[in-house]
Amino acid sequence: MTVALSGEEIAARLEEKFPGSVVESGADSLLVKSGSWLEIASYLKTTAGLDFDYLTAITAVDYYDYFEVVYQLTSIKHNHSLVVKTRCYGRDNPTLPSVVSLWRGADFQEREIYDLMGISFDGHPNLKRIVLWEGFEGHPLRKDYRRW
Amino acid sequence: MVIKTEPFVVNIGPAHPSTHGVFRMRTTLDGEVIVDMEPVFGYLHRGIEKLAEERTYTGCIPLTDRLDYLASMSNNLAYCLAVEKLAGIPVPERAEYIRVIMAELQRIASHLIAVGSFLNDCGAFMTPILYMIREREKILDLFEMVCGQRLTYNYMRVGGVSQDIPDEFLPALDKFLKEMPGWIDEYDRLLKENEILLARSKGVGILPRELAVNTSASGPVFRASGVKWDIRRADPYSIYDRFEFDIPTGSVGDCYDRYRVRIEEMQQSLRILKQAMEQLPKGEVRSDVPHLIRPPVGEAYGHIEAPKGELGFYLVSDNSIAPYRFHVRAPTLINLTALRDMMVGWKVADLIIIFGSIDICMGEVDR
Repeated sequence: MTVALSGEEIAARLEEKFPGSVVESGADSLLVKSGSWLEIASYLKTTAGLDFDYLTAITAVDYYDYFEVVYQLTSIKHNHSLVVKTRCYGRDNPTLPSVVSLWRGADFQEREIYDLMGISFDGHPNLKRIVLWEGFEGHPLRKDYRRW
Repeated sequence: MVIKTEPFVVNIGPAHPSTHGVFRMRTTLDGEVIVDMEPVFGYLHRGIEKLAEERTYTGCIPLTDRLDYLASMSNNLAYCLAVEKLAGIPVPERAEYIRVIMAELQRIASHLIAVGSFLNDCGAFMTPILYMIREREKILDLFEMVCGQRLTYNYMRVGGVSQDIPDEFLPALDKFLKEMPGWIDEYDRLLKENEILLARSKGVGILPRELAVNTSASGPVFRASGVKWDIRRADPYSIYDRFEFDIPTGSVGDCYDRYRVRIEEMQQSLRILKQAMEQLPKGEVRSDVPHLIRPPVGEAYGHIEAPKGELGFYLVSDNSIAPYRFHVRAPTLINLTALRDMMVGWKVADLIIIFGSIDICMGEVDR
C-alpha cells in the first residue's frame, strides 16, 4: 500500500531547511511558496529517505483569485506519496518555475497546463501549445473562458 | 567515396496506417537514420476536461468511455473510484467483484489489440491481429451481455455497477477462461521464437530503467524496463489485495520485452479472473446513491492500473452537482515523453515498431 506522507511532518522538515517556504500544511497535502518550489522539489527528490523519484501527475485548478498547481509525487523506492501545491497569482501572465530539469515526466504535462490554463513555466525547454494550435486565442480550462 | 547528405525533415502522419490514430511524428532524418523526432498531436482534442465541468458526476461516466476507447471499462472504474473517494460512497461486495472481472477482461482485450497491432507493424501483416481480434470479439460478447454495448460501455456507476450480470454470463465467462490459455499458447507457437520478430524487436528502442522512472512512464512500458511497479500491488484499490498474481517484468526495456510483458499480463489476468469468478458473492450491485451527487468541498485523486498504464482522475468538488475540476492523468500521453529518446539513432523502419510497442490510444492522448 502506498503510504501517503503527512503534509505536516514534511512541512516541519522543510521549514527547518527553507524557513518561510511553507504557506500551510494539512494531513494530506502541503502548500509551498512558488519562489522556493524548485529548491523544495530538488530537496524532495534527492534527500535520502524521501527519494521522490517519480512525478505521477501535475494539475492546475483555477480559483479565480489564483491558480493552484498540484503535484502528485511518488517514491518508487519507498512506495510513499506526497501532494504538493503551489499558487500563482494574476491572470495576465501567471508564472511558475518548471520542474522538467528534475522530472522529465513534467514536460508534456506543463505544456498542457500552459496550453489550457495559461500558466507559463520558467525554464521549460519547449514551452508551446500541445493540443490546441498555435494562434488559438485564450485558455479554455480557465473558469472565465467563454467561446460565445 | 563518402557522399555527404544534409539532414531533412519528414512528417510521418497525421494520417498514416502505423500511427494508430491521428498522430504526427516530425522526424529529422540523416539518410535513413533518425536524428530527431518531435511528436505532434491534438488532432482529436475534444475538451473532455472542460465538458465534464458542466455535467453531473454521473453524467461524466460516458465521457470517460471516450478517453481510451479500447479500455472503456477501466476508465469507468478509475473515475468511479475517484468520485467514491471524494464523496465517501461505499461499494457492495458483489459489485467490487464484478468490477474486477470487467477490468481484467478489459485488460486482456486491450492487450490483444496492442500486441496484434504491434505485430502488424513488425510486418506480420494481418495474420496475428486477426487471430487476436477473434479472441477480443469473445470478450466484447461478454460485455454486450452485461450492458448491451461493445465499445463504450458506460457500465459502472458511482457506488457499484448499473445492473447485475445476467444468468448466462458466468457460464460464458467460464468457457472463455478455459479456451483463452490455448489461444495464448497458439500466439506463442506462432511468434515467440520467430526469427523475424526477434531480429526486428530485440534490442530495439531501449528505454533504460532510470529514464523510465524520470519520464513518469507507467504500465507495461514501465515494467518492461525492469521496474516491478503495478498499482494493483503497490497501492491496491478495490479488492485487488485478495487475489494472487505475479507482476511480469522485462529486463532490457526493448520492444520485445514490452511485447512479452503484455502476453504474460494476459495470463495473469486470467488467473485473477478465475479467482474472482470462484469467490463472487451474492448480493446488491449498487449502494444507495442519490441521483445528484454532491460531494463535500475537497479534492481526491483516484488511480488504477489501466491496461496502458496509471490512469488517474483528479477531482475537485465545490459541493455542487458538477465537478469543479476534472483532470485525467492519461498514461499514454505521459508514456510518449520518452518516445524521442527511444527512437533517436534507429532507422525509419524501426520507428514504426518502437511507436507500436508503446500502445497508445489517441482518444486518451488528446482528450
